[in-house]
Amino acid sequence: MIAALRDVGVDYPRGPALGPFSLAVGEGEIVALVGPSGCGKSTAMRLLAGLEAPTRGQVVRAPGRGETAVVFQAPTLAPWLTARANAALPLELAGTSRAEAARRADLALARVGLAGTEGARPAQLSGGMAMRVSLARALTTEPKLLLLDEPFAALDEITRRALADDVLRLWADTRPAIVFVTHNVEEAVYMASRVVVMTRGPGRTAGEVAVDGPLPRPPGFRTTEGFRACVETVSQALAQGMSQGLAA
Amino acid sequence: MRRLANWAAPLALIVLLLGGWEFACRVLGVPEYFLPGPRAIGLALAADWSSLLVSAWNTLAMALIALAVASVLGQATALVVALSPILERAVRPLAVVLQVTPVVAIAPLVLIWAGLDHPGRAIVALAAVVAFFPIFSGAVTGLKAADPDLERLFDLYGATRVQRLLRLRLPSAVPFLLEGHKVAAGLAVIGAVVAEFVAGSGGAQGLAWRILEAGNRLQTAKMFAALVVLGVMGAVLHALLEAAERTGLRWWRGR
Repeated sequence: MIAALRDVGVDYPRGPALGPFSLAVGEGEIVALVGPSGCGKSTAMRLLAGLEAPTRGQVVRAPGRGETAVVFQAPTLAPWLTARANAALPLELAGTSRAEAARRADLALARVGLAGTEGARPAQLSGGMAMRVSLARALTTEPKLLLLDEPFAALDEITRRALADDVLRLWADTRPAIVFVTHNVEEAVYMASRVVVMTRGPGRTAGEVAVDGPLPRPPGFRTTEGFRACVETVSQALAQGMSQGLAA
Repeated sequence: MRRLANWAAPLALIVLLLGGWEFACRVLGVPEYFLPGPRAIGLALAADWSSLLVSAWNTLAMALIALAVASVLGQATALVVALSPILERAVRPLAVVLQVTPVVAIAPLVLIWAGLDHPGRAIVALAAVVAFFPIFSGAVTGLKAADPDLERLFDLYGATRVQRLLRLRLPSAVPFLLEGHKVAAGLAVIGAVVAEFVAGSGGAQGLAWRILEAGNRLQTAKMFAALVVLGVMGAVLHALLEAAERTGLRWWRGR
Protein backbone atom coordinates (compact mmCIF):
# COMPACT_ATOMS: atom_id res chain seq x y z
CA MET A 1 0.00 0.00 0.00
CA ILE A 2 1.41 3.35 -1.01
CA ALA A 3 -1.27 5.79 0.14
CA ALA A 4 -4.70 5.54 1.73
CA LEU A 5 -7.59 7.70 2.83
CA ARG A 6 -9.44 6.25 5.83
CA ASP A 7 -12.94 7.61 6.42
CA VAL A 8 -11.74 11.11 5.60
CA GLY A 9 -14.03 14.11 5.49
CA VAL A 10 -13.16 17.62 4.38
CA ASP A 11 -15.23 20.68 5.21
CA TYR A 12 -14.66 24.00 3.51
CA PRO A 13 -16.18 27.29 4.73
CA ARG A 14 -18.88 26.90 2.06
CA GLY A 15 -19.84 23.43 3.35
CA PRO A 16 -18.74 19.79 3.36
CA ALA A 17 -16.73 18.94 0.24
CA LEU A 18 -15.83 15.29 0.69
CA GLY A 19 -16.64 12.24 2.69
CA PRO A 20 -16.79 10.10 4.52
CA PHE A 21 -14.54 8.55 1.88
CA SER A 22 -12.02 5.74 1.91
CA LEU A 23 -9.51 4.71 -0.75
CA ALA A 24 -6.41 2.56 -0.68
CA VAL A 25 -3.85 2.69 -3.48
CA GLY A 26 -1.50 -0.26 -3.86
CA GLU A 27 2.03 -0.12 -5.26
CA GLY A 28 2.08 0.07 -9.05
CA GLU A 29 -1.69 0.20 -9.25
CA ILE A 30 -3.67 2.54 -11.52
CA VAL A 31 -6.87 3.75 -9.88
CA ALA A 32 -9.32 6.05 -11.62
CA LEU A 33 -11.59 8.35 -9.61
CA VAL A 34 -14.77 9.17 -11.48
CA GLY A 35 -17.48 11.47 -10.27
CA PRO A 36 -19.61 14.47 -11.18
CA SER A 37 -18.24 18.02 -10.94
CA GLY A 38 -17.89 19.23 -7.37
CA CYS A 39 -17.85 15.74 -5.82
CA GLY A 40 -14.50 16.34 -4.14
CA LYS A 41 -12.27 14.42 -6.58
CA SER A 42 -9.64 17.11 -6.59
CA THR A 43 -9.87 17.44 -2.82
CA ALA A 44 -9.22 13.70 -2.47
CA MET A 45 -6.25 14.20 -4.75
CA ARG A 46 -4.80 16.99 -2.61
CA LEU A 47 -5.22 14.78 0.48
CA LEU A 48 -3.31 11.95 -1.23
CA ALA A 49 -0.58 14.42 -2.22
CA GLY A 50 -0.31 15.63 1.36
CA LEU A 51 -1.07 19.19 0.22
CA GLU A 52 -4.09 19.45 2.50
CA ALA A 53 -5.14 17.92 5.82
CA PRO A 54 -8.57 16.29 6.26
CA THR A 55 -11.11 17.70 8.69
CA ARG A 56 -11.88 14.16 9.87
CA GLY A 57 -10.32 10.77 9.32
CA GLN A 58 -6.82 9.71 8.52
CA VAL A 59 -4.44 10.00 5.55
CA VAL A 60 -1.66 7.45 5.27
CA ARG A 61 1.23 8.16 2.90
CA ALA A 62 4.27 6.01 2.29
CA PRO A 63 6.21 8.17 -0.21
CA GLY A 64 8.73 10.64 1.15
CA ARG A 65 9.53 14.15 -0.02
CA GLY A 66 9.82 14.34 -3.79
CA GLU A 67 8.34 10.89 -4.34
CA THR A 68 4.85 12.19 -5.08
CA ALA A 69 4.13 14.02 -8.31
CA VAL A 70 0.99 15.84 -9.43
CA VAL A 71 -0.18 16.75 -12.90
CA PHE A 72 -2.95 19.34 -12.88
CA GLN A 73 -5.79 20.00 -15.28
CA ALA A 74 -3.83 22.85 -16.88
CA PRO A 75 -0.15 22.33 -17.75
CA THR A 76 0.78 24.76 -14.92
CA LEU A 77 4.16 25.58 -16.42
CA ALA A 78 6.20 28.62 -15.48
CA PRO A 79 5.94 30.83 -18.62
CA TRP A 80 9.37 32.41 -18.01
CA LEU A 81 11.18 29.05 -18.04
CA THR A 82 12.05 26.83 -21.00
CA ALA A 83 10.59 23.33 -21.26
CA ARG A 84 13.87 21.96 -19.91
CA ALA A 85 13.94 24.36 -16.94
CA ASN A 86 10.29 23.58 -16.18
CA ALA A 87 10.95 19.85 -16.19
CA ALA A 88 14.11 20.32 -14.10
CA LEU A 89 12.35 22.42 -11.46
CA PRO A 90 11.43 19.61 -8.99
CA LEU A 91 15.00 18.32 -9.04
CA GLU A 92 16.51 21.77 -8.54
CA LEU A 93 14.15 22.43 -5.63
CA ALA A 94 15.41 19.19 -4.08
CA GLY A 95 18.99 20.41 -4.38
CA THR A 96 20.14 18.43 -7.43
CA SER A 97 22.93 20.25 -9.28
CA ARG A 98 21.89 22.37 -12.25
CA ALA A 99 23.71 20.24 -14.83
CA GLU A 100 22.40 16.94 -13.48
CA ALA A 101 18.84 18.34 -13.24
CA ALA A 102 19.03 19.56 -16.85
CA ARG A 103 20.34 16.18 -18.01
CA ARG A 104 17.51 14.29 -16.31
CA ALA A 105 14.97 16.85 -17.52
CA ASP A 106 16.13 16.23 -21.10
CA LEU A 107 15.73 12.48 -20.56
CA ALA A 108 12.22 12.97 -19.20
CA LEU A 109 11.31 15.24 -22.12
CA ALA A 110 12.59 12.58 -24.54
CA ARG A 111 10.47 9.96 -22.76
CA VAL A 112 7.30 11.99 -23.36
CA GLY A 113 8.27 12.47 -27.01
CA LEU A 114 9.51 16.05 -26.77
CA ALA A 115 13.17 15.61 -27.71
CA GLY A 116 14.19 18.71 -29.62
CA THR A 117 11.88 21.15 -27.86
CA GLU A 118 13.98 21.52 -24.68
CA GLY A 119 14.62 25.21 -25.34
CA ALA A 120 11.01 26.16 -26.18
CA ARG A 121 8.90 28.33 -23.90
CA PRO A 122 5.41 27.17 -22.85
CA ALA A 123 3.81 29.91 -24.97
CA GLN A 124 5.43 28.37 -28.05
CA LEU A 125 3.96 24.90 -27.37
CA SER A 126 0.57 23.49 -28.30
CA GLY A 127 -1.81 22.45 -25.49
CA GLY A 128 -0.88 18.79 -25.90
CA MET A 129 2.85 19.52 -25.92
CA ALA A 130 2.57 21.71 -22.82
CA MET A 131 0.75 18.85 -21.08
CA ARG A 132 3.60 16.54 -22.06
CA VAL A 133 6.12 18.94 -20.48
CA SER A 134 3.98 18.88 -17.36
CA LEU A 135 4.08 15.09 -17.45
CA ALA A 136 7.87 15.13 -17.95
CA ARG A 137 8.20 17.43 -14.92
CA ALA A 138 6.23 14.90 -12.87
CA LEU A 139 8.41 12.03 -14.11
CA THR A 140 11.88 13.60 -13.54
CA THR A 141 11.82 12.70 -9.85
CA GLU A 142 10.79 9.09 -10.65
CA PRO A 143 7.83 9.30 -8.28
CA LYS A 144 6.30 6.34 -6.45
CA LEU A 145 2.89 7.99 -6.52
CA LEU A 146 1.69 9.92 -9.55
CA LEU A 147 -1.50 11.93 -9.17
CA LEU A 148 -3.22 13.05 -12.36
CA ASP A 149 -6.00 15.58 -11.80
CA GLU A 150 -8.10 15.62 -15.00
CA PRO A 151 -4.90 16.06 -17.00
CA PHE A 152 -6.52 15.74 -20.44
CA ALA A 153 -9.70 17.73 -19.77
CA ALA A 154 -8.62 20.72 -21.85
CA LEU A 155 -7.39 18.71 -24.85
CA ASP A 156 -9.07 17.50 -28.02
CA GLU A 157 -10.11 13.85 -28.39
CA ILE A 158 -7.22 12.77 -30.64
CA THR A 159 -4.61 14.34 -28.39
CA ARG A 160 -6.13 12.90 -25.23
CA ARG A 161 -6.22 9.37 -26.66
CA ALA A 162 -2.57 9.62 -27.70
CA LEU A 163 -1.62 10.96 -24.28
CA ALA A 164 -3.60 8.20 -22.51
CA ASP A 165 -1.57 5.56 -24.35
CA ASP A 166 1.64 7.48 -23.60
CA VAL A 167 0.88 7.64 -19.88
CA LEU A 168 0.27 3.87 -19.80
CA ARG A 169 3.48 3.22 -21.73
CA LEU A 170 5.44 5.42 -19.31
CA TRP A 171 3.78 3.71 -16.37
CA ALA A 172 5.00 0.34 -17.69
CA ASP A 173 8.64 1.58 -17.46
CA THR A 174 8.79 2.37 -13.76
CA ARG A 175 5.36 1.30 -12.49
CA PRO A 176 4.49 4.12 -10.12
CA ALA A 177 1.09 3.97 -8.44
CA ILE A 178 -1.23 6.28 -10.40
CA VAL A 179 -4.41 7.94 -9.22
CA PHE A 180 -6.24 9.39 -12.17
CA VAL A 181 -9.13 11.80 -11.66
CA THR A 182 -11.57 12.28 -14.53
CA HIS A 183 -15.22 12.79 -15.29
CA ASN A 184 -14.93 10.83 -18.52
CA VAL A 185 -16.12 7.24 -17.95
CA GLU A 186 -14.46 5.73 -21.05
CA GLU A 187 -11.15 7.37 -20.19
CA ALA A 188 -11.35 6.03 -16.63
CA VAL A 189 -11.98 2.46 -17.80
CA TYR A 190 -9.27 2.70 -20.45
CA MET A 191 -6.60 4.02 -18.08
CA ALA A 192 -7.22 2.15 -14.85
CA SER A 193 -7.21 -1.36 -13.48
CA ARG A 194 -9.74 -0.21 -10.89
CA VAL A 195 -12.40 2.51 -11.21
CA VAL A 196 -13.79 4.12 -8.06
CA VAL A 197 -17.08 5.92 -8.67
CA MET A 198 -18.01 8.83 -6.41
CA THR A 199 -21.41 10.30 -5.54
CA ARG A 200 -22.16 13.97 -6.07
CA GLY A 201 -20.62 16.25 -3.42
CA PRO A 202 -19.77 15.74 -0.61
CA GLY A 203 -18.42 12.67 -2.41
CA ARG A 204 -18.63 9.17 -1.05
CA THR A 205 -17.96 5.85 -2.77
CA ALA A 206 -20.85 4.97 -5.06
CA GLY A 207 -19.23 1.85 -6.42
CA GLU A 208 -16.01 0.20 -7.47
CA VAL A 209 -15.36 -1.64 -10.72
CA ALA A 210 -12.32 -3.77 -11.55
CA VAL A 211 -11.23 -3.57 -15.19
CA ASP A 212 -9.81 -6.75 -16.70
CA GLY A 213 -7.31 -6.66 -19.51
CA PRO A 214 -3.63 -5.95 -20.09
CA LEU A 215 -1.98 -2.61 -19.32
CA PRO A 216 -0.87 -0.79 -21.47
CA ARG A 217 -3.99 -1.44 -23.53
CA PRO A 218 -3.62 -3.36 -26.80
CA PRO A 219 -4.90 -1.73 -30.02
CA GLY A 220 -8.64 -1.91 -30.40
CA PHE A 221 -9.23 -2.35 -26.67
CA ARG A 222 -12.02 0.23 -26.76
CA THR A 223 -14.09 -2.04 -29.03
CA THR A 224 -13.83 -5.18 -26.90
CA GLU A 225 -16.84 -6.65 -25.12
CA GLY A 226 -15.16 -6.39 -21.71
CA PHE A 227 -14.41 -2.67 -22.15
CA ARG A 228 -17.98 -1.86 -23.24
CA ALA A 229 -19.41 -3.84 -20.31
CA CYS A 230 -17.15 -2.06 -17.82
CA VAL A 231 -18.10 1.35 -19.21
CA GLU A 232 -21.78 0.39 -18.84
CA THR A 233 -21.31 -0.72 -15.21
CA VAL A 234 -19.40 2.43 -14.29
CA SER A 235 -22.00 4.62 -15.98
CA GLN A 236 -24.78 2.94 -14.00
CA ALA A 237 -22.87 3.38 -10.72
CA LEU A 238 -22.34 7.03 -11.63
CA ALA A 239 -26.06 7.54 -12.32
CA GLN A 240 -26.94 5.83 -9.04
CA GLY A 241 -24.39 7.98 -7.21
CA MET A 242 -26.02 11.09 -8.62
CA SER A 243 -29.48 10.16 -7.31
CA GLN A 244 -28.04 8.98 -3.96
CA GLY A 245 -26.38 12.33 -3.62
CA LEU A 246 -29.68 14.04 -4.32
CA ALA A 247 -31.51 11.98 -1.67
CA ALA A 248 -28.83 12.69 0.92
CA MET B 1 -3.86 52.72 -47.56
CA ARG B 2 -5.47 52.02 -44.23
CA ARG B 3 -2.15 52.55 -42.43
CA LEU B 4 -1.76 55.85 -44.17
CA ALA B 5 -5.24 56.91 -43.06
CA ASN B 6 -4.43 55.86 -39.48
CA TRP B 7 -1.39 58.12 -39.51
CA ALA B 8 -2.99 60.97 -41.42
CA ALA B 9 -6.19 61.25 -39.38
CA PRO B 10 -4.69 62.62 -36.12
CA LEU B 11 -2.28 64.86 -38.08
CA ALA B 12 -5.14 66.28 -40.13
CA LEU B 13 -7.12 67.02 -36.98
CA ILE B 14 -4.14 68.78 -35.38
CA VAL B 15 -3.54 70.88 -38.51
CA LEU B 16 -7.25 71.72 -38.67
CA LEU B 17 -7.39 72.79 -35.01
CA LEU B 18 -4.18 74.84 -35.23
CA GLY B 19 -5.46 76.50 -38.40
CA GLY B 20 -8.77 77.34 -36.72
CA TRP B 21 -6.91 78.71 -33.70
CA GLU B 22 -4.62 80.93 -35.77
CA PHE B 23 -7.53 82.14 -37.88
CA ALA B 24 -9.69 82.94 -34.85
CA CYS B 25 -6.86 84.82 -33.11
CA ARG B 26 -6.32 87.00 -36.16
CA VAL B 27 -9.95 87.65 -37.00
CA LEU B 28 -10.96 88.40 -33.40
CA GLY B 29 -7.80 90.39 -32.72
CA VAL B 30 -6.97 88.54 -29.51
CA PRO B 31 -3.97 90.23 -27.82
CA GLU B 32 -0.84 88.06 -27.80
CA TYR B 33 -0.34 88.24 -24.01
CA PHE B 34 -3.83 86.71 -23.58
CA LEU B 35 -3.76 83.96 -26.20
CA PRO B 36 -0.96 83.80 -28.78
CA GLY B 37 -1.63 81.99 -32.05
CA PRO B 38 0.26 78.86 -33.08
CA ARG B 39 2.57 80.96 -35.26
CA ALA B 40 3.70 83.10 -32.32
CA ILE B 41 4.18 79.97 -30.20
CA GLY B 42 6.21 78.39 -32.99
CA LEU B 43 8.42 81.47 -33.16
CA ALA B 44 8.93 81.45 -29.38
CA LEU B 45 9.77 77.76 -29.58
CA ALA B 46 12.32 78.39 -32.33
CA ALA B 47 13.89 81.29 -30.45
CA ASP B 48 14.20 79.48 -27.11
CA TRP B 49 14.87 76.06 -28.53
CA SER B 50 18.17 75.30 -26.81
CA SER B 51 17.36 76.66 -23.36
CA LEU B 52 14.01 74.86 -23.38
CA LEU B 53 15.77 71.59 -24.17
CA VAL B 54 18.17 72.15 -21.26
CA SER B 55 15.19 72.80 -18.98
CA ALA B 56 13.42 69.71 -20.29
CA TRP B 57 16.50 67.64 -19.58
CA ASN B 58 16.65 69.08 -16.03
CA THR B 59 13.06 68.06 -15.37
CA LEU B 60 13.51 64.67 -16.99
CA ALA B 61 16.71 63.98 -15.04
CA MET B 62 14.96 64.78 -11.76
CA ALA B 63 12.07 62.49 -12.72
CA LEU B 64 14.39 59.65 -13.70
CA ILE B 65 16.42 59.89 -10.48
CA ALA B 66 13.14 59.92 -8.57
CA LEU B 67 11.98 56.87 -10.54
CA ALA B 68 15.16 55.00 -9.63
CA VAL B 69 14.75 55.91 -5.94
CA ALA B 70 11.07 54.92 -5.97
CA SER B 71 11.90 51.69 -7.79
CA VAL B 72 14.46 50.61 -5.18
CA LEU B 73 12.31 51.66 -2.20
CA GLY B 74 9.03 50.36 -3.63
CA GLN B 75 10.37 46.94 -4.53
CA ALA B 76 12.36 46.57 -1.32
CA THR B 77 9.31 47.46 0.79
CA ALA B 78 7.14 45.09 -1.26
CA LEU B 79 9.64 42.26 -0.76
CA VAL B 80 9.71 42.74 3.00
CA VAL B 81 5.93 43.02 3.10
CA ALA B 82 5.49 39.92 0.93
CA LEU B 83 7.29 37.81 3.51
CA SER B 84 4.81 38.62 6.24
CA PRO B 85 1.04 39.22 5.95
CA ILE B 86 1.09 41.08 9.30
CA LEU B 87 3.66 43.54 7.97
CA GLU B 88 1.54 44.06 4.88
CA ARG B 89 -1.44 44.95 7.03
CA ALA B 90 0.77 47.38 8.92
CA VAL B 91 2.26 49.05 5.84
CA ARG B 92 -0.79 49.19 3.52
CA PRO B 93 -2.67 52.06 5.20
CA LEU B 94 0.50 54.17 5.39
CA ALA B 95 1.22 53.57 1.72
CA VAL B 96 -2.34 54.52 0.83
CA VAL B 97 -2.15 57.74 2.89
CA LEU B 98 1.10 58.57 1.13
CA GLN B 99 -0.60 58.01 -2.20
CA VAL B 100 -3.80 59.97 -1.62
CA THR B 101 -2.09 63.02 -0.09
CA PRO B 102 -1.62 65.56 -2.91
CA VAL B 103 2.05 66.15 -3.59
CA VAL B 104 1.42 69.93 -3.64
CA ALA B 105 0.36 69.74 0.00
CA ILE B 106 3.53 68.12 1.28
CA ALA B 107 5.89 69.97 -1.04
CA PRO B 108 6.46 73.01 1.27
CA LEU B 109 7.43 70.67 4.12
CA VAL B 110 9.85 68.70 1.98
CA LEU B 111 11.35 71.97 0.72
CA ILE B 112 12.08 73.01 4.31
CA TRP B 113 13.64 69.64 5.11
CA ALA B 114 15.72 69.54 1.95
CA GLY B 115 16.97 73.07 2.70
CA LEU B 116 16.06 76.07 0.59
CA ASP B 117 19.45 75.87 -1.10
CA HIS B 118 18.73 72.39 -2.45
CA PRO B 119 15.40 72.52 -4.29
CA GLY B 120 16.70 69.68 -6.52
CA ARG B 121 16.69 67.28 -3.59
CA ALA B 122 13.17 68.28 -2.66
CA ILE B 123 11.96 67.81 -6.23
CA VAL B 124 13.51 64.33 -6.45
CA ALA B 125 12.01 63.40 -3.08
CA LEU B 126 8.53 64.60 -4.05
CA ALA B 127 8.58 62.92 -7.45
CA ALA B 128 9.78 59.74 -5.76
CA VAL B 129 6.84 59.89 -3.32
CA VAL B 130 4.43 60.04 -6.25
CA ALA B 131 6.20 57.26 -8.17
CA PHE B 132 6.48 54.98 -5.13
CA PHE B 133 2.90 53.75 -4.94
CA PRO B 134 2.39 52.18 -8.39
CA ILE B 135 5.68 50.31 -8.07
CA PHE B 136 4.99 49.17 -4.51
CA SER B 137 1.40 48.24 -5.29
CA GLY B 138 2.35 46.39 -8.49
CA ALA B 139 5.11 44.50 -6.72
CA VAL B 140 2.86 43.46 -3.81
CA THR B 141 0.15 42.29 -6.22
CA GLY B 142 2.70 40.59 -8.47
CA LEU B 143 4.38 38.75 -5.62
CA LYS B 144 1.00 37.24 -4.77
CA ALA B 145 -0.03 36.55 -8.36
CA ALA B 146 1.74 33.22 -8.80
CA ASP B 147 -0.39 30.39 -10.23
CA PRO B 148 -1.91 28.62 -7.16
CA ASP B 149 -1.21 25.22 -8.74
CA LEU B 150 2.45 26.18 -9.15
CA GLU B 151 2.42 27.18 -5.47
CA ARG B 152 1.05 23.70 -4.67
CA LEU B 153 3.83 22.18 -6.73
CA PHE B 154 6.38 24.10 -4.66
CA ASP B 155 4.63 22.79 -1.51
CA LEU B 156 4.76 19.28 -2.88
CA TYR B 157 8.50 19.38 -3.49
CA GLY B 158 9.17 20.99 -0.13
CA ALA B 159 10.53 24.29 -1.47
CA THR B 160 12.08 26.66 1.07
CA ARG B 161 10.82 30.23 1.52
CA VAL B 162 13.81 31.60 -0.34
CA GLN B 163 13.35 29.16 -3.23
CA ARG B 164 9.70 30.07 -3.42
CA LEU B 165 10.51 33.78 -3.49
CA LEU B 166 13.33 33.62 -6.03
CA ARG B 167 11.99 30.91 -8.32
CA LEU B 168 8.25 31.51 -8.20
CA ARG B 169 7.07 34.79 -6.68
CA LEU B 170 9.65 37.17 -8.18
CA PRO B 171 9.45 35.81 -11.74
CA SER B 172 5.65 35.75 -11.52
CA ALA B 173 5.71 39.42 -10.51
CA VAL B 174 7.64 40.59 -13.59
CA PRO B 175 4.61 41.68 -15.70
CA PHE B 176 3.24 43.63 -12.70
CA LEU B 177 6.62 45.27 -12.10
CA LEU B 178 6.84 46.34 -15.75
CA GLU B 179 3.35 47.86 -15.62
CA GLY B 180 4.12 49.54 -12.26
CA HIS B 181 7.28 51.15 -13.59
CA LYS B 182 5.50 52.36 -16.71
CA VAL B 183 2.82 54.12 -14.67
CA ALA B 184 5.37 55.37 -12.13
CA ALA B 185 7.58 56.98 -14.78
CA GLY B 186 4.67 59.06 -16.04
CA LEU B 187 3.77 60.06 -12.50
CA ALA B 188 7.39 60.92 -11.69
CA VAL B 189 7.41 63.55 -14.45
CA ILE B 190 4.13 65.00 -13.17
CA GLY B 191 5.51 64.92 -9.62
CA ALA B 192 8.72 66.66 -10.69
CA VAL B 193 6.83 69.41 -12.52
CA VAL B 194 4.45 70.01 -9.60
CA ALA B 195 7.36 70.10 -7.16
CA GLU B 196 9.19 72.60 -9.39
CA PHE B 197 6.14 74.85 -9.32
CA VAL B 198 6.08 74.80 -5.53
CA ALA B 199 9.84 75.26 -5.24
CA GLY B 200 9.37 78.16 -7.61
CA SER B 201 12.94 79.46 -7.29
CA GLY B 202 15.70 79.64 -9.85
CA GLY B 203 17.68 76.96 -8.05
CA ALA B 204 16.19 74.21 -10.19
CA GLN B 205 15.61 75.39 -13.73
CA GLY B 206 13.21 72.83 -15.11
CA LEU B 207 10.30 73.29 -17.49
CA ALA B 208 7.92 74.37 -14.72
CA TRP B 209 10.31 77.17 -13.81
CA ARG B 210 10.31 78.28 -17.49
CA ILE B 211 6.51 78.44 -17.41
CA LEU B 212 6.52 80.40 -14.13
CA GLU B 213 9.20 82.80 -15.33
CA ALA B 214 7.50 83.47 -18.67
CA GLY B 215 4.16 83.85 -16.87
CA ASN B 216 5.56 86.44 -14.51
CA ARG B 217 6.72 88.44 -17.50
CA LEU B 218 3.45 87.93 -19.34
CA GLN B 219 5.32 86.20 -22.18
CA THR B 220 2.42 83.92 -22.91
CA ALA B 221 3.87 82.50 -26.13
CA LYS B 222 6.94 81.31 -24.15
CA MET B 223 4.63 79.65 -21.62
CA PHE B 224 2.98 77.75 -24.45
CA ALA B 225 6.37 76.85 -25.93
CA ALA B 226 7.43 75.29 -22.61
CA LEU B 227 4.08 73.48 -22.44
CA VAL B 228 4.59 72.07 -25.94
CA VAL B 229 8.04 70.76 -24.96
CA LEU B 230 6.56 69.26 -21.79
CA GLY B 231 3.78 67.57 -23.77
CA VAL B 232 6.15 66.18 -26.39
CA MET B 233 8.52 64.94 -23.68
CA GLY B 234 5.63 63.19 -21.89
CA ALA B 235 4.41 61.58 -25.12
CA VAL B 236 7.89 60.36 -26.10
CA LEU B 237 8.51 59.00 -22.59
CA HIS B 238 5.17 57.19 -22.68
CA ALA B 239 5.91 55.66 -26.09
CA LEU B 240 9.36 54.52 -24.93
CA LEU B 241 7.94 52.93 -21.80
CA GLU B 242 5.19 51.18 -23.76
CA ALA B 243 7.86 49.74 -26.04
CA ALA B 244 9.99 48.74 -23.04
CA GLU B 245 7.03 47.00 -21.43
CA ARG B 246 6.20 45.12 -24.63
CA THR B 247 9.81 44.03 -25.04
CA GLY B 248 10.00 42.97 -21.40
CA LEU B 249 6.82 40.94 -21.66
CA ARG B 250 8.01 39.27 -24.85
CA TRP B 251 11.23 38.28 -23.11
CA TRP B 252 9.33 37.01 -20.06
CA ARG B 253 6.80 35.00 -22.04
CA GLY B 254 9.23 33.92 -24.72
CA ARG B 255 6.95 35.12 -27.47
